[in-house]
Amino acid sequence: MSIVGTKVIRKEDPNLLTGRGQFVDDIQLTGTTHMAFVRSTEAHALIKGIDVSAALECEGVIGAWTAADLELPPLPGVPGLERPALAIDKVRFVGEAVAVIVAESKYAAADGTELVIVDYEPLGAVTSIEEATAEDAPLLYEELGSNTVAEVPTEDDHQAIFDAAPHTETIKLVNNRCTAAPIETNACLADYGPAGLTIWASFQAPHHLRNRISAWLDIPQDQCRVITPDVGGGFGQKINFTPEFFVAPVLSKILNRPVKYSQTRSEAMTSMYHGRAQEQEVSVAFDNEGKIQALKVFASQDMGGYADGTGMGMPVLTTAMSAGCYVIPNVSIAWRNVLTNTTPIAAYRGAGRPEATYLIERAMDHIAYKLDMDPTEVRRRNYIPKDSFPYPTHSELAVYDSGNFEGALDELLNIMDYESLREEQAANRENSQKPLLGIGFSSWLEIAGFGPPGSLEGFGHLGSWESVQIRIQPDGSAIIYTGASPHGQGTVTTFAQIASEYLGIDYEKISVRHGDTATIPQGIGTMGSRQVAVGGEGVKNASLKIVENAKSIAAHKLEANPEDIEVADGSLFVKGTPSKNLTWAEVATFSFQRLELPETMDPGSLDTTILQEVPNFSFPSGAYACVIEIDRQTGDARIRDMYLVDDCGTVINPLLAEGQVHGGVAQGIAQALYEEFSYDENGQPTTATFIDYLMPGAPDLPSYISGRINTPNPNNSLGAKGIGESGSVGTPPAVMNAVVDAVRHLGVTHIDMPATPQKLWEILQGGSK
Amino acid sequence: MIPAKFDYKPAQSKEEALSLLAEYGDEAKLLAGGHSLLPLMKLRLATPEVLIDIGAMEDLSYIQDKGDVVAIGALTKHRQVEQSDILKEHIPLLAHTASHVGDPQVRNRGTIGGSLCHGDPASDLPAAILATRATLVISGPSGERKVESDAFFTDFWETEVKEDELLTEIIVPKHTGESWAYQKFNRRAQDWAIVGCALQAGDNPGIGMVNMGSTPVRAVDAENALKSGGSSKEVCELADSGLTPPTDIHGNESYRRDLAKVLLQRALES
Ligand SMILES: Cc1cc2nc3c(=O)[nH]c(=O)nc-3n(C[C@H](O)[C@H](O)[C@H](O)COP(=O)(O)OP(=O)(O)OC[C@H]3O[C@@H](n4cnc5c(N)ncnc54)[C@H](O)[C@@H]3O)c2cc1C
Repeated sequence: MSIVGTKVIRKEDPNLLTGRGQFVDDIQLTGTTHMAFVRSTEAHALIKGIDVSAALECEGVIGAWTAADLELPPLPGVPGLERPALAIDKVRFVGEAVAVIVAESKYAAADGTELVIVDYEPLGAVTSIEEATAEDAPLLYEELGSNTVAEVPTEDDHQAIFDAAPHTETIKLVNNRCTAAPIETNACLADYGPAGLTIWASFQAPHHLRNRISAWLDIPQDQCRVITPDVGGGFGQKINFTPEFFVAPVLSKILNRPVKYSQTRSEAMTSMYHGRAQEQEVSVAFDNEGKIQALKVFASQDMGGYADGTGMGMPVLTTAMSAGCYVIPNVSIAWRNVLTNTTPIAAYRGAGRPEATYLIERAMDHIAYKLDMDPTEVRRRNYIPKDSFPYPTHSELAVYDSGNFEGALDELLNIMDYESLREEQAANRENSQKPLLGIGFSSWLEIAGFGPPGSLEGFGHLGSWESVQIRIQPDGSAIIYTGASPHGQGTVTTFAQIASEYLGIDYEKISVRHGDTATIPQGIGTMGSRQVAVGGEGVKNASLKIVENAKSIAAHKLEANPEDIEVADGSLFVKGTPSKNLTWAEVATFSFQRLELPETMDPGSLDTTILQEVPNFSFPSGAYACVIEIDRQTGDARIRDMYLVDDCGTVINPLLAEGQVHGGVAQGIAQALYEEFSYDENGQPTTATFIDYLMPGAPDLPSYISGRINTPNPNNSLGAKGIGESGSVGTPPAVMNAVVDAVRHLGVTHIDMPATPQKLWEILQGGSK
Repeated sequence: MIPAKFDYKPAQSKEEALSLLAEYGDEAKLLAGGHSLLPLMKLRLATPEVLIDIGAMEDLSYIQDKGDVVAIGALTKHRQVEQSDILKEHIPLLAHTASHVGDPQVRNRGTIGGSLCHGDPASDLPAAILATRATLVISGPSGERKVESDAFFTDFWETEVKEDELLTEIIVPKHTGESWAYQKFNRRAQDWAIVGCALQAGDNPGIGMVNMGSTPVRAVDAENALKSGGSSKEVCELADSGLTPPTDIHGNESYRRDLAKVLLQRALES
């Protein structure tokens, strides 16, 4: 029986559930010191002076440093826009690191930070794109002359088509700023001794960090080791560079002692990279049948106080994916990146694609409003037919590999009772005792499986492949070493399943190791829903190669032809004569013994390393529906049901695939109804605690009703597409379409995320209550 | 949690707590369940030099039937209030309101006394204490004094309890068989109320409001309308009368005013 596709229980869990996980802060080295940052309390100010003298007097404080003391190069980043490790002369957002303290305990370090006196001369703060692009706006970099750091105008705005179109609609959308807030905040432990540097870091891409730190510190890569032990969530917030990972090794070297940093939640809320924060102006031209003739998108990305390389790429991904699941003959895109005095922006689960899906799926509903057409019908009329793949789009980046968008919608309507819901909606509207009911759809697809050559290099990575090494142990068990760096996804389980399937070795005898640059082959990391579609393909290919060699060994010993050897249930046997067999353990042992091997084979030659490449991105897709109830008196919107049909191609483990969707959907609901990281007019964060930043928990979320279709990925032999970001991509428009649908009879066509009760109450006050 | 430095003094009895308070005066803070104080210390918004831990004082943790009233020790946990058979029978509003505080972890640590002494207008239990017309017993160097719940909450996060005093007991009149309701409007299961409304019906009806002013407050005008037989509509219209609800990120003043009316209406209907 095949193990791929079955609900195997996660290998990761027993350790984590019994408290035996090891996160950075759990690691204890003798002589460890503790680092803490003095963080800016101003959003935009000149630093007139920093006085650390009182901190140095503080009991337990070992040292205190400013940028001037350390003279550090800027962090790796966008050429010309690199952020300093510690603020130099100026701060650009509340929470920016200004000075650093090292002490004997984390308590003394925190005490020390309170005694540092920073003399700020406030400059006006810009906290929105509108403010930052206004004439006479205060500039984050005077020398640039503008807060807009990148701008790509459209090549052709298709104005003639818009002028001639039977209908046009223009909408303005805001993708609210969110923070992923992983349960483990940023943490690192640096130990820089005579033998070199070791850093334990809570990070998603250990080799990436190792390569950059060794270059930054000018030490050879062999003497720089990054270990990512258990990592408590990342969601994209842990692929980018923040000062702690660079400053800790420097101070460890100066002090000749290990330096540990474990961020508080308050710090994490303002200093870990945020996500989304993109505004869009979207126009569609369409005919009387609802067929889209042209789409025009202008995306403005709020970069926050510093331009991160990944952050700069967000509108690129959004505009590449703006046409969604639809045939749109004319697409015009333009975008710009704008600095503001807020926390810098980078990738957050979905990274640019939730924004794309939001704009096109809101536009589809606007077409439906205008033509008074059912939203599912508008979508059907515009879907890319399932026989037209590969499908080139307006963007060179996005050549859709496969899809069956209508099939997903059909399956969605199959698992929900749409007709009754519409009847209930109509009945509820007439009955003031009942809540208002809304039904919203989203047909979505996203670009995932970052793996084709060039796809990650643009974000500063060494390559776009993933490394997989399989070493067969003499007892016939196997260890997989991979550059993937999972932190909750379950990759240890899925890779073991794939290896078991193709090696014919028992799943229980396969371990997966990751997250140590000293022992793992050069790798890339976990991001962009890539690890099954890229790394998993590598596991399969490495397994097949090993099996081929194992067959040669077995054939040699059994005096048969390699082509006649079969592998099943932990043994290798001659086809048709199962009694002529060797166990995997025997073959594995022989593989290390010169005298047992065929002449052409060297000992140890079963071990295989692959840097797996793929020819194209993968394009997971699906159709979601949200059924929401709005309390007419309080404006409280509660999701009654979420219907989810995913198409991620081949599913390796349904339990994990569903888990990924559930988590992503939760974050999508969070963005649509609960979360918004906001600032006051002076750039002071107003939602920097979990009392005010409303991350929902399990009791606040509905149960999910799932369906599935399977359109295999043609670009890898597994047929898998990736599922990590699907939920967060497909959900926000489904929820917002439902919210608007609930109040459509009041003439409402748009509500910005998050749909808070007060916003809805205000709308209901204006309409008939 | 990385608080500022403090000394830790556990107290085993009321007398010991009072003598420690006398010794350390305004440098000290009482620590009961810690679920309001510790978050403040974690953010270093509170930096007491001495913590007098009264959390383990068994002598102040009880719920006793005293005839016309029920006496509750200040260190009784929310969870015990929620599950008490005596309270469920005679003062169900209080038991039910306690079940709305935070989540089970919070209710297993937080105490009724801590919740009242914290004096947060956003807390649930003060509204029930106001609605049921409870009396609070405060112990100090010169003995005990009693304060009506109406006079207990003096300002934002301020109460009648002085620096050298301790809240020891809450005396709640029985409301056996009378109708009651607690309506809490919040967004996430363990959030504080955006607005809350505790209603205790009876000859002398009480309406306690959550987050409708700088202290826990009663909706006195609505209470009077209810007592004099006003229609449900008339009563609800007065839910915010005389009150000054705050504007914050979770709701502005006019939204809160309307919520107060809606919640009172729902309380009356339930
Ligand atoms: C996650 C979370 C969610 C919460 N949700 C809610 C909620 O939904 N609704 C709600 O009402 N509350 C909520 N709370 C607060 C909770 O109810 C607190 O337990 C309660 O407010 C304080 O009680 P405590 O025993 O923990 O007091 P502590 O935190 O120990 O003390 C609070 C204050 O009262 C003083 N104090 C304590 N006991 C006495 C006494 N006997 N005499 C004099 N002074 C005293 C202390 O010195 C301190 O100033 C929540 C708390 C948390 C952490």
